[in-house]
Amino acid sequence: MQIRLSSFVKKEILHIFRDKRTMLVAILIPVTLILLFGFTVSTDINNIDFAVCAPHRSEAVARGVDKLSFSPYFTFRGYIPQNDIDRTLRTGKASAVLVFAQDYAESGKMQVVVDGADVNAAATSAAYVGNVLQDSGAAQALFEMHVLYNPELRSSYNFIPGILGMILLLICTMMTSVSIVREKETGTMEVLLVSPVKPLYIIISKMVPYLILGAIDLALILVMARFVLGVPLSGGVGGIILVSLVYIVLSLALGLMVSNIAGSQIVALLLSAMVMMLPVLFFSGLLFPVENLPWVFRWISYVIPARWYIDAMRKMMIEGMALSGVFLEVGILVAEMLALIAASTKRFNDRLE
Amino acid sequence: MEGSLKYLLQKEFIQFRRNKFLPRLIFFFPVVVMLIAPIVANMDVKGVKVAFVDYDGSSLSGKMVSHLDASEYFKVALASPNYEKAYELLEDGKVDVIVTVPAHFEAGIIGGTKPKIKVDANGVNATKGMLGSRYVMASLAGTLQEAAAGMGMGLSSENNLSVCYFYNPTQDYRRFMAPGFILLLVMLVCCFIPALNLVLEKEKGTIEQINVTPVTTFEFTLSKLIPYWIIGLVVLTEGILTIGLIYGLWPAGSWGALYLAAVLFSLAMSGFGVAIAGGSDTMQQCIFVLFFFVMIFMLMSGLFTPVGSMPSWAQKVTYAFPPRHFIDILRSVYLKGTTMAELWVSYLALGILAVLFCSLSALTYKKRG
Repeated sequence: MQIRLSSFVKKEILHIFRDKRTMLVAILIPVTLILLFGFTVSTDINNIDFAVCAPHRSEAVARGVDKLSFSPYFTFRGYIPQNDIDRTLRTGKASAVLVFAQDYAESGKMQVVVDGADVNAAATSAAYVGNVLQDSGAAQALFEMHVLYNPELRSSYNFIPGILGMILLLICTMMTSVSIVREKETGTMEVLLVSPVKPLYIIISKMVPYLILGAIDLALILVMARFVLGVPLSGGVGGIILVSLVYIVLSLALGLMVSNIAGSQIVALLLSAMVMMLPVLFFSGLLFPVENLPWVFRWISYVIPARWYIDAMRKMMIEGMALSGVFLEVGILVAEMLALIAASTKRFNDRLE
Repeated sequence: MEGSLKYLLQKEFIQFRRNKFLPRLIFFFPVVVMLIAPIVANMDVKGVKVAFVDYDGSSLSGKMVSHLDASEYFKVALASPNYEKAYELLEDGKVDVIVTVPAHFEAGIIGGTKPKIKVDANGVNATKGMLGSRYVMASLAGTLQEAAAGMGMGLSSENNLSVCYFYNPTQDYRRFMAPGFILLLVMLVCCFIPALNLVLEKEKGTIEQINVTPVTTFEFTLSKLIPYWIIGLVVLTEGILTIGLIYGLWPAGSWGALYLAAVLFSLAMSGFGVAIAGGSDTMQQCIFVLFFFVMIFMLMSGLFTPVGSMPSWAQKVTYAFPPRHFIDILRSVYLKGTTMAELWVSYLALGILAVLFCSLSALTYKKRG
């Protein structure tokens, strides 16, 4: 049987490596996306366009405006009359309007009107204004603040493990999701069914070539994350690779499961690319913190492999935990991987009868 | 020639109806997603887990911790004078912020030596670290001021800044995210399905049959675009109704403004999908390339993270992304009630992109022979 398995693997490898274009696409896409998002995606508020509404344009007002404009975080968009505040915010000309009181010079009273549509951005903008204008205030004098692990508060650190988890899962699932359906559509499935090969061997041989592709992807991504994007990877590269390989195999098995269920390639691809994208987005903690979920959805999130992988990667890549620190996450991933392989072998087996 | 478009469309609709999976996908998928999305899509910084390390043990520090605990924004996970323990919890992700009150803090405040409270934030999640620690400091400062006033001493507490939030006065995250998910649905449906449909014709060889008929490129492309244009509007309607009826989130502006934008957007996206399909040999290749762009559109158009947070070169690139303009329109109309006239730039941009991508899709499909 040993020989049979290797010849099957060889057949699958030939299939995939013959289609150079698809192979190239499968390798380049994750790498490009990680690089692109690593540079661009963040929730940091770097620029706040602000307008000023001052009934009495005193020197104190001008000083306040100067102070803000001088800060790299603020761009001054001009003085506006009181009745224009709504229009300015509504059209997006500015995202904050500073309203200085008539007697600002004496009382120091002012109000910030923020475009509250984006909740976190609004809260951050208001906090920035307070910081700049009241830097000598009481609050600052009382506290001494430190930020751990990510002292510059760069949110890209937080996004890279998340995006990695989402992209690996979806790309790997898409890769294998057509493999069995295609055999069905082209009619070669019959040949496979009458051959005396064990279903498990077929499943394994379908996964091996994609595992090679996935491993190449992973290597490129890690090299780039470390040297181009400056992610610390402080928990040990060996552990990160190990966990990621488990995750890749799991995703490939998930794809095979989809392929077993789907009746045609179009359905398989829509399921793995479109339908699956949203649960991953919702429940993985990539963007929306899992602890904010109501309990029903938190239970759902426990089934989503991306959630555990992203958790583990955040700990290992950023917080510098070793493999032993993510024991639970890895355990769940391994269990899910085995369950998926078993399930798709079982389904494949059912077809034989 | 007028007639052939009609028959081509008829063919598309029959094929669509006959498919078991697609009609179900289009009717149920948006409803389910829009039911879940507003609950899940929550980036609110609430329930910040605080470790309160109190080396002072005075009545003042006691007040601080009870105020923190009473607020819905914080959860006091640990309150003991043990910094090492708190730091361990922070490492495990069980705590987001550590507040350390030094010994003799209350005495120091009264005596005027200006002792400092130490605040450590976990920066792995930058938003939570930053907003969470700020909220904590605001709460502590409030307690201190209150206590100082009680003791009859002024704590140089000139808080003259008041903040007023427009358009979303309750600061409800759902109102902000819901339009983003409507966009996501329209984009996924209008981009993936027509593209796969076209490659399917290629793989099955039925495209050869079309090639030998006198159908023009233009008509054929239109017949691939029009159905998805209608489906795009169906998906939009489903989305609006679901979040309206269930969550009571209705657009503040006009429906006409939303539909016009959706028409332009779904044209642009299906044109884009068909153009990619025209250049792909297999369905898998096509979906890989589409996935690549959908991910970029999704994460760089301001759906989840602000466009303004990206470097300026990236911000310029996003002007070429249809979703960027569509999300601007959707959010403005939904939340702020902005009118079409005020948003004409976005409509114009969306229109130009629609024309561009549709012509591109007609170009990539070349009749051979």
